[in-house]
Amino acid sequence: MSVVLEARGLVKRYPKAAANAVDGISLSVREGSCFGLLGPNGAGKTTTVEILEGILKPDAGEVLYRGAPIGAAFRERTGIQFQDTALQDHLTVRELLNLFGALYPRRLAEAELTKLCDLGELLDRDPDKLSGGQRQRALLALALVNDPDVVFLDEPTTGLDPQARRNFWDLARSIKERGKTILLTTHYMEEAYALCDEVAIVDRGRIIAQGAPDTLLKKHFDGVVIELPRADFKPPASGVPGQALERGETTELLTNEVEAALEALKRGGSSLAHLRVRPRTLEDLFLALTGRELRE
Amino acid sequence: MIGRFWAVLIGRNKEFLRDRGALGWNLLFPFFVVFGMAFAFSDKGQDVFKVGVAGEIAALPSGFASTKHLKFVPLGDLSAAQGKLRHHQLDMLVLPGKPLTYWVNENSPKGYLVEKIMLGTDAAGFAPERKAVEGRPIRYVDWLVSGLLSMNMMFSALFGVGYNLVRYRKNGVLKRLKATPLKAAEFLAAQVVSRLILIMAVFTVVYQGADFFLHFQRLGSLLDLYLIFALGSACLVSLGLLVAARVTSEELAGGVLNMLSWPMMFLSGVWFSLEGAPPALRFVADLMPLTHLIDAARAVMTEGATLVQVAPHLYFLGGMTAAFLAVGAWTFRWE
Repeated sequence: MSVVLEARGLVKRYPKAAANAVDGISLSVREGSCFGLLGPNGAGKTTTVEILEGILKPDAGEVLYRGAPIGAAFRERTGIQFQDTALQDHLTVRELLNLFGALYPRRLAEAELTKLCDLGELLDRDPDKLSGGQRQRALLALALVNDPDVVFLDEPTTGLDPQARRNFWDLARSIKERGKTILLTTHYMEEAYALCDEVAIVDRGRIIAQGAPDTLLKKHFDGVVIELPRADFKPPASGVPGQALERGETTELLTNEVEAALEALKRGGSSLAHLRVRPRTLEDLFLALTGRELRE
Repeated sequence: MIGRFWAVLIGRNKEFLRDRGALGWNLLFPFFVVFGMAFAFSDKGQDVFKVGVAGEIAALPSGFASTKHLKFVPLGDLSAAQGKLRHHQLDMLVLPGKPLTYWVNENSPKGYLVEKIMLGTDAAGFAPERKAVEGRPIRYVDWLVSGLLSMNMMFSALFGVGYNLVRYRKNGVLKRLKATPLKAAEFLAAQVVSRLILIMAVFTVVYQGADFFLHFQRLGSLLDLYLIFALGSACLVSLGLLVAARVTSEELAGGVLNMLSWPMMFLSGVWFSLEGAPPALRFVADLMPLTHLIDAARAVMTEGATLVQVAPHLYFLGGMTAAFLAVGAWTFRWE
């Protein structure tokens, strides 16, 4: 598949900041894929995505859309959902769709947008009076009003309840099924895992790991996590196979050898009554790579 | 291009019309001001007598010239001065010399008094020659209404466009629009036109509404008055745009707009005529768009001036509009 969006050596520093917000990020996004920028708050995700959108000018580096620097055509062929956006007051969702639709040479019919984003009864309402999930759907419809090739979604589910978040994921999948390329930023690893074909883990303005979510996990560690209450975790003097990490009141043991590890814990006199075993996640990966939590 | 301009224009108009509070305020406030002033100044003139001098004030008889409560105003153009006398804007007009020629309005009680006062001074020794004119008085409110409506326009133009643009920038509406193919010039033109439509609609309602009760004396053409107000508000809207071109703080924008509007409110001749004002003040006033708007509108209202006669004011307003728009669009930032 061809590369639709490419960034080379992006650098951005804000005035008076001690470090670069974006510190040499390069990436390429394949047509029709969902590319995720995953990282904690303040990692530089939004700055990166706003440079990719052409909203911010980088201090160094360049962004190419289908091999050419971004220009007027790019604006017409992309749709953006900002992390927080205000809309003109006192206009209904339908009026906003008409207003934004008129700004583009090509537009998606209202009926199609309504179906795609499940707008239904929202059309004649004021966006300011919608719930979080409804508002995100309306904003997504605005981002899709020009039937774009590339859709940027900047933390689209932050602040939504789990049900609304899952509904939004379904919408994102149906957009992808229409052949659109999605560039998503998130600090929810399960969101990146659920939606993205490729993930770049961003920390302090740099990409520290990149690849398909499963490949990334396999590459950096295979195996599972054994969780025990901290008080119950008693390793024998000979040690346990794997790497033990303390997260709050829980001790997590990252291991490839579940049976050997459990044997060792029993030998050490650990109580296994509250034991949990789970697969490793991108969150564990982030912790392993940076020594810090994804959500601090 | 027209499509994008139109879409933003319609959106902005709807946004404004549905903001009941702002709309009500925009309509009610000027009514309050016009009626309040009409009531406050009904049957009261200015409390000094105003004597026009067609020549050097120093050439007047010294005893007459030093009479208390008489204000002497030098006027170059004799026929314009006679016009003012006819409309009771002057209580008397004098041409110094021997004999001393003076004009009074037969319909003006104040003119009658000033004449009696003059004849009681050393001017009586200058063989005064009396000439009479006649004319219906122009009430203070006839004179004031141009200034009041202009002032209201100024606040609506400066704050309506300037403040709103800064609010849009601060809350991210502009950033969202920047992500579309909309061009800055299209967006700004829509903001200007939307506000102009509003201002002229408010002007129509307030002027016609107040006229129904107060029966303004308007000597010039209504169309000319409309054109002058349209050009004047275009100039003030553009000034608002210029102030808001890249400011991101509502407090700063508010401060700058206040700094511009308050001096204009007091120095542009809204309340009192600038005739006879010190040259320094007159110079400052001449730099203000509001002065030119008021002067032109008032000349049409109270002197029956035509557009040609007020052309210098219109050139000034037109030039300023173009300059404000050009610099405003050039320095404009979405963020």
